[in-house]
This record gives sequence, C-alpha cells and structure tokens, in this order.
Amino acid sequence: MLFRYLIILLILLPLKAFALIEVDITRGNLSPLPVAVSPLSIDEKSKINFKKILKKNDLGSEISSVIENNLRQSGLFNPLNKNAFLQKPEIANLKPRFEDWNLIKAQALITGKVTFIDEKLRVEFRLWDVLAGKEMIALAFTTVPSNWRRVGHIIADKVYERLTGENGYFDTRIIYVSEEGPKTNRIKKLAIMDQDGFNNKFLTLGNELVLTPRFSPTNQMVTYLSYFRNLPRVYLLDIETGMQEVVGDFPGMTFAPRFSPDGKKIIMSFAKDGNSDIYTMDLENRVVERITNHPSIDTSPSYSPDGKYITFNSDRSKYQQIYVMKSNGKDVKRISFGNGLYGTPVWSPRGDLIAFTKLHKGKFYIGVMRADGTGERLLTENFYQEAPSWSPNGRVLIFYRETKTNSKGEGFSAKLWSIDLTGYNERMVDTVMDASDPSWSSLLSN
Amino acid sequence: MYQGETMKINKIFKNGFLILLASLVLTACTTQKKTTGQLQGDVYTGSDSVEYLASGVADRVFFATNETVLTTPARETLRKQAAWLRKNSKLTVVLEGHADERGTREYNLALGERRANSAKDYLMTYGISSDRISVLSYGKERPVDSGSNPLAWSKNRRSVTVKAN
Repeated sequence: MLFRYLIILLILLPLKAFALIEVDITRGNLSPLPVAVSPLSIDEKSKINFKKILKKNDLGSEISSVIENNLRQSGLFNPLNKNAFLQKPEIANLKPRFEDWNLIKAQALITGKVTFIDEKLRVEFRLWDVLAGKEMIALAFTTVPSNWRRVGHIIADKVYERLTGENGYFDTRIIYVSEEGPKTNRIKKLAIMDQDGFNNKFLTLGNELVLTPRFSPTNQMVTYLSYFRNLPRVYLLDIETGMQEVVGDFPGMTFAPRFSPDGKKIIMSFAKDGNSDIYTMDLENRVVERITNHPSIDTSPSYSPDGKYITFNSDRSKYQQIYVMKSNGKDVKRISFGNGLYGTPVWSPRGDLIAFTKLHKGKFYIGVMRADGTGERLLTENFYQEAPSWSPNGRVLIFYRETKTNSKGEGFSAKLWSIDLTGYNERMVDTVMDASDPSWSSLLSN
Repeated sequence: MYQGETMKINKIFKNGFLILLASLVLTACTTQKKTTGQLQGDVYTGSDSVEYLASGVADRVFFATNETVLTTPARETLRKQAAWLRKNSKLTVVLEGHADERGTREYNLALGERRANSAKDYLMTYGISSDRISVLSYGKERPVDSGSNPLAWSKNRRSVTVKAN
C-alpha cells in the first residue's frame, strides 16, 4: 500500500541560496532551534471528507502534529506552544506577518494547506525564515488519504534537510522483535512500525523463536533467524505478502543475517561442529560463497555501504573483537584494541564509522569508531544494552536495553532506545510491548 | 649442654615456623579459587536445575564465562551419559547449548553451539556414534534462572542432553 505512493512536487518559488538559519548537527545541541509549526489550514468540505475516511477531526492539525513531534524528538528543534500563535493557519500560509512570529521568538515557521481533491489528499507546505522574512521551501504532495502520516514525515525530512544540510530520517520504519512473557520462556514476534512508533504491525505469530530481523535495501524484504521446527535458520520474509522462505540449504544453524548493499546477497554465519564462519548466498542464482575459514567464531557481519568491505565479530584472538576484511574475505585486520570485549559491529550508511557494543568490567556500552579502529568513542553506558542500528543519515543509533531482575526474578523488561551520534538526545523508543533487536530502514521515499 | 638445648629449641621454632608458613600458603591457595557451596571459579557445581536421564546420570554440564572447555566434573557427567547411551543403544539425543545473558546475542548463539559440540565430541570419544547426537544452540534465549547475578548466570551456561526419541 505504501509503495503506490504518488508525489507531485510543485516548487512555487525559487529556493534562496543564503540560509540565515542553520542547524549544526555535528555537535551536541544544547539550544534547539525555536520553530513554529502552524496547524495546516483545511477548508470545511475537506475536513468533513477526511473525517469520514480517516476518522480524524482535523487532518491539518494531525499532520502538523506529526511534523512537530519529529522535529522535537530529533533534539535539534524546539517547536513552540501553539497557544502563543497570533496568526490563523489560513492567513499564515499565504503571507505570514513575520513580526507576529518574531514576537514569540520563532526563527523558522512551517505553514501549509490540506485539501481533499479527486478522492486524494493534497498537502502544500512552506518553510519560512522568520528573521530574514523570506520563504525557504514551498512544496506540494498528492497521495492516498491513508498515507497522511507519511506526508508529515516527508515534510519534516524536507525541513530537516533544508536547515541542517543533511538528509533526514523521519520517513522510515523500524523492524524489531516484540517480546512478552517470563524471561525463561519469552514469546517473540517480528514487528514493524513507523519510526515514531505508529502503525505497529506484527509479522509473525509467536509460535517459534525469531531473532535479529534486518531490512533489505529497498525495505520490501526482511532477513532474520527463525527456530521454525526447532531448526535455527536464516529466512527471508516479504513484508507485503507475508511469504517466508528459508535461505539456502545449510546442514546446520545459520544466523546473524544481513543483506548486501545491492540487495543481491545475504551474508550470515553458518555453525558446524563447534565452528562458526561467515558465508554469503546470492539470492538469484543461489550460489553460496565461504568468506571466512578459521576455527574461531566469526559472526555479526556487516557490509560497508559501497559493498567493498565487511566488518565482523571474531574471537580468533581469544576474546570477541571487531575485524574488517575485504568482501572476498582477504586482508583481515583487527580494529578494536581497547579494554573489554567488542561485538555487533555495524557499518554506518555514511561509510565513515562503525558502531558496536562493548562489555567492560560488567558494564555494556554503545560506541563508534572509524573503520580503521581509531577514534573510539563510547556514547552510553548501561547494565545491559546491545546491537546498535544506524538511521539512514548515519546520525542516530537505535539499540535495545534490558533491566536487571530482582532476587525473585521479577522486574525484567526490554525496550528500544535511541541516541544521537553526538552522545546527546538519549531517549526511549516506545513500543506496544517489550522490544529488542531493532533495525532501521532506509528512507521510504527513495 | 646448653648448646644442645638451644639447638633443639631452634629446631622447634624452625619447624613451627615452617608449619605456620605452610598453613598460611595453603589457605591463600584455597581463597584464590573460591569454592562456595555452588560455584567453583565461576562454574556451577550445584544440583539446582539439574535433571536426571537415569539414576545417577545428570542431564547437563556447566561452563565458565566465555569458555567452551569441559571441566573435570563435566567430563565425569558425560562419561556417565555415554555409558547410559551405550546401554540404551537405540536412543538418540539432542545436545542443547546455552549461554548466559552477559554477552551479545549473535556471539552467544555461536558460543552455545560450540559448548554443545564440546560435549558431543566427548561423548563420541566414548564410542557414541555421531549420528545418534544432534546439536542445537539457544544462545541466551532460554535461561533456566532469570536472576541477574553470577549464580544465576552460572546455571545458564550449560549444555543439556535431551532424549530425542
């Protein structure tokens, strides 16, 4: 449904080259940019139609809430209280009285209009530089009404891009494992949701253990580990059709799967007779290639975005460390050298950094290092946390945490958390139930 | 006469000193590798959670943190399992390998597989054919003790032999 999405872009005025407002996302942001997100204006007839179809009283207000929440959650923007707004949405969208918005200290202003036309949803929006008194972006979208949340996400991405100079990450989904039940017998299901927690859907029933799901580059498929029939193997799942198929015909456990950046291969571990090595399988011709051949445990492989290198986890030097090798398995180099154990390496979509989990003196850390192992930076510490996954712009990491149980074995919970690369804006990602093993999609509109 | 007596007294002191020194050294040795009721080093030695395949044949062996090597008590247990399997020659088993929660999920899947294979290899050296034994790793997914403490974790680092038929 989401993939029959129509966009018609109308650039109504030329973009201005100078940006008087700019947001720097390379440092910790202690003063988020004050931005006013005006409710999108909507005429009475459209309001009634959308209320009938979507059961939403005021779609203009709803879409602006999606935009506002995204901007606030990013930690870079401070959406101002609507009660202070002086101009009505309809008027502000045509020509804002900048003094009014200046008065409440807004530096950027978002206005827009929502219309029901030919059974479709049409949204126009504008981003204004309040201090300069100029329009920065003007765009319009047309799509099916049920896609209204995605319109909010795309607008937030456009605003983010214009003001930071970086790609956004709001029009994305998270795939994860939904968990419930006692620790000794957890029920786990694959689940998918919008990055802001809405539209949660379960993809499996919970009859067999499922772990570590990851998106394909087009976001249409998922690869994961399933214990179907008590045989742990890597599977593929088509998100739209729900069809599942086992990857290859391996005579033993396969696990830790990921897609190659071109989507053509699955890379994974295969365990046999006490040894785990890294293999790939071509999804088209089904050819299996062995990438590592070492008596140590080799697992958690992750490709560089250009597909030329693989980072992985190995205990070939006795304890878990992070290694990088060429994608044909040659030139294996260890890159982790700090104190402690290292695991779950994952290459940033920007190609510059590798995120990882570290265990040292009984504490777990999420950190990043450059692909040559230099510049190790620990972002957060906890009793237990692991498995970071990158947002598509390489600026945010999502991971999961578990809590300690008390002496009676009670109090256990698992939740998703996210943190910016700067180490700021650490926040819990709310899920319907307990959750683990999150993986971030690429931008849906690509 | 005095010289002889002094020498005797010296000898008593010397022996006494040596005995004292020896007992100090011995106590130092035992405190280095702690044996509480249920842990030796950090390998579980208790009987909590242990079930029996037959009289006197425990169904599981335990491991130290990050280790997949069999301890002496583990080998003893496996020898008894091998004997029981030789007696019941039609039985097949699954060795289920597990890890504690203090590690990353994927590595723990591999660790569980390696632990179960350590046990399998040992059973094979006692004549049990490999086609009677299959291996299954659960990583850290099926702890037997949900506590967040070293004793609970030690019970979870295990390989369990389960009857398959």
